[in-house]
Amino acid sequence: MTKEELLQQVCGLADGMTIQEQSNQPTVNVPVEKWLSIAKTLKSDQRFQFDMLSDQAAIDWPQENQIELVYQFYSTSLGHNLMVCVRVSRQNPIAPSLYQLWPISEWQEREIFDLFGVRYSDHPDLRRLFLEDDWKGYPLLKDYKDDFMLERPW
Amino acid sequence: MISLSQNVFSNYQSGQMGQTLGLLGLGLVSIITFMSLTAMVLVYVERKLAAHFQCRLGPMRVGWHGTLQTIADALKLLLKEDIVPKNADRFLHALAPLLTVMGALLALMALPFSPYLTVADMNIGVLYVSAVSGIGVLGILVGGWSSNNKWSLLGAMRAGAQIISYELSMTLAILVVVVFAGSMKFSDIVLSQSQGWWVWRAPLVGIVGFIIFLISSTAEVNRTPFDLAEGESELTAGFHTEYSGLRFSFFFLAEYVNLFIVSAIGATLFLGGWMPFHIGNWESFNQVMDLIPAGLWFGLKVAFMIFMSMWFRWTFPRLRVDQLMKLEWKILLPIGFVNLILAAALTISNFYFFAN
Amino acid sequence: MVNPEISSLEKRIQQSPSKTELNTQEYFVNMGPQHPSTHGVLRLVLRMDGETVQDIIPVLGYIHRGIEKKSESVGYRQQVHLTDRLDYLCSLMNNWGVSAAIEKAMNIELNDRIETVRTIVAELQRIQSHQLWWGVFGMDLGAFTPFLYGFRDREKITAIFEETIGARLTMNYFQPGGMMYDIHPDFVQKVKEFIKYFRPILKEYEDLFSGNIIVQERLRNVGIIDGKTALAYGATGPVLRASGIPYDLRKIEPYGVYSKVQFEVPVGKVGDCWDRYQVRMQEMQESLKIIEQLIDNIPEGKHMVMKFGAKIRPPAGRFYSQIETARGVFGTFFVSDTTDKPYRMHFRTPNFHNLWSVLKMAPGGRVADLVAILSSIDVVVPDMDR
Repeated sequence: MTKEELLQQVCGLADGMTIQEQSNQPTVNVPVEKWLSIAKTLKSDQRFQFDMLSDQAAIDWPQENQIELVYQFYSTSLGHNLMVCVRVSRQNPIAPSLYQLWPISEWQEREIFDLFGVRYSDHPDLRRLFLEDDWKGYPLLKDYKDDFMLERPW
Repeated sequence: MISLSQNVFSNYQSGQMGQTLGLLGLGLVSIITFMSLTAMVLVYVERKLAAHFQCRLGPMRVGWHGTLQTIADALKLLLKEDIVPKNADRFLHALAPLLTVMGALLALMALPFSPYLTVADMNIGVLYVSAVSGIGVLGILVGGWSSNNKWSLLGAMRAGAQIISYELSMTLAILVVVVFAGSMKFSDIVLSQSQGWWVWRAPLVGIVGFIIFLISSTAEVNRTPFDLAEGESELTAGFHTEYSGLRFSFFFLAEYVNLFIVSAIGATLFLGGWMPFHIGNWESFNQVMDLIPAGLWFGLKVAFMIFMSMWFRWTFPRLRVDQLMKLEWKILLPIGFVNLILAAALTISNFYFFAN
Repeated sequence: MVNPEISSLEKRIQQSPSKTELNTQEYFVNMGPQHPSTHGVLRLVLRMDGETVQDIIPVLGYIHRGIEKKSESVGYRQQVHLTDRLDYLCSLMNNWGVSAAIEKAMNIELNDRIETVRTIVAELQRIQSHQLWWGVFGMDLGAFTPFLYGFRDREKITAIFEETIGARLTMNYFQPGGMMYDIHPDFVQKVKEFIKYFRPILKEYEDLFSGNIIVQERLRNVGIIDGKTALAYGATGPVLRASGIPYDLRKIEPYGVYSKVQFEVPVGKVGDCWDRYQVRMQEMQESLKIIEQLIDNIPEGKHMVMKFGAKIRPPAGRFYSQIETARGVFGTFFVSDTTDKPYRMHFRTPNFHNLWSVLKMAPGGRVADLVAILSSIDVVVPDMDR
């Protein structure tokens, strides 16, 4: 399956899915409310068989008032990969947890919760990963400030 | 054969109290001096041997080829602060190193260094040594428990289980020689090997007993591959995690003295102690061998045993705790029992080399 | 449903399920942050029943330096220096990962010399990293001698690096667009000498350690994880390959000149500690083969295709690229907003993902098994905490 075919087939799974052009990987934007069901299809469908969740990252977009979750998938049997972007609102960032499909997700989601404050519904053990339990704020948000941060004068 | 204890006893009977105390004091002082010297030399030897096993030089700076390094380290340990953990049982914490050293000290008393050099040649010497060396494990248990540290406790429990288990097969191996010699007195055992050492004189049984003794004695003194009680990669430092300074050095001292003791027992029981290498009735050969002094023979044999132990330590990885128990209860103990029965059969039928 | 409350470590410890049937008292013990066999400041809270590990709660963050946050305020060229501090035993490959990501984003074509030298140096570092792992593995199992043997031979490679790169641990060698300096004139000859030296040494490693019955007893059937579970738990690198899945980016998405050289991907069968051990031992052989094929004809060319000091401004977009380090997949994800600093930089580090599979392997084993498992996945803690 070529890159274009894969993208078309993934986009055909549900309405509201678009292809993200600004990327070096085959990338789709998925609305957050449909994400869990699409993730299930991506894992189990014979055409996709994405059995490896390589990476999860998040991007903060304060102007658009959104946090973007970026998933990297790879299929060891078919040998193709896919990047998925899911946007959640910045005020109330709630996303579905994928730990039942890819157990490693539990670990990656805790990192994103720790650094971005995205709350994952149905996550079995959602708590801070790197920082202390009583840390205030989420450091990787663009507007994060604390007493130890030094602004460069230039 | 003159022995210090006999002197003490006869002096006590004839009412010469001053001389009695003097002799006792002499014995005590000489043993303590010997003990610290042994430990120091062994620490140096171990470090040098380890270094050469590992393609490096080891201590080189203090004294000629680092010979004074151990003294420097001992001084450093003496000067260090003695830290007692906050919730530790202070009394037991202080008692534990003493118990361990005491076990080593008591065992050292009975060893026959040469025909004329024994502090106390008891008629139950073998039994006595295996009994008092059990005191050492008490020190380890008490030390691990009183430190109020879970790693220490784990190490102490491991040590307790391990030493009690391996004492069985060690005793069985010792009993083989006791059966052959017909005595528990160290001097008798040594004299019984004037025709040849038990390790080769009794066909197969001697060598099997010697190997069992070697394995179980290594376990008895907590050295690799049986150093589970310390197991620095698992339990940080095991039972002596919370010890520092002088008290830590006591554990250290006891470890090396115990190593010397088990090596000396092994050398005495299986390799003839101070008895030179004799072959049956080859009189001229035996006389040539007798030219080498008895004390030197003993020293060489002990050095060989110690070298073996250090060789193990710097070659083998550590066993897991269940594998350790498996080795003892499923392998060594059955072999030890069979070996003991065979030894008894050989003795009854007088079937060994140069039997009388 | 959203978790109503944010839980904490204490709550997690209280929730840890009890699994004993006998009437024994379980207890918790902290393995780390200061512990000899966690290779740094990893902390594992263990729920123990005697010697048996029932539950593991990893607590990270003791060496969290906020490298991803820091990356947002430094330029692209400076990212390389930060990646050195992730997995300090694979610093060159981390350099390569981030340089390759930036080069891909900017469509920079590298010449053959750069690619070849990068491959040789990276394979040398793979051997170096495995040597250290082998030594530490021996020490974790209680044998001290392998540790010094490993370091003795590691020193040879470190000397080669020192000559060419000028550093011994944090290399800073690869840059977007090439390397900082060209290789030292003696490099080729020294590497050849090393290959000649190291072949028999690998045999010595086998003699000293692999054949020992205690080692085999300690490693066989310990920490078994099958291929499917390992994949689902995010393991990569030798951990995944030992479970029977030949996932090696050098074969799957060849970068550098890996497509031009012949080498095998060693794969295990059972997925226990012994397989992981064997996979790494064979990887050293394969790396030697790769270097041998490349070292004789390094193409001529410049060592840097970009103008020195040129500002790097990738086009806007999301860029993800990954390479295979000694421990697994190192991925670099960054978002560019056409300025000279990344809008967001994220590193997918192999150890962070590999540690998760330990939680699957270790429960039910002894503490000593846990030590062996941790060592067999070759943990480097700064790589987890970032």
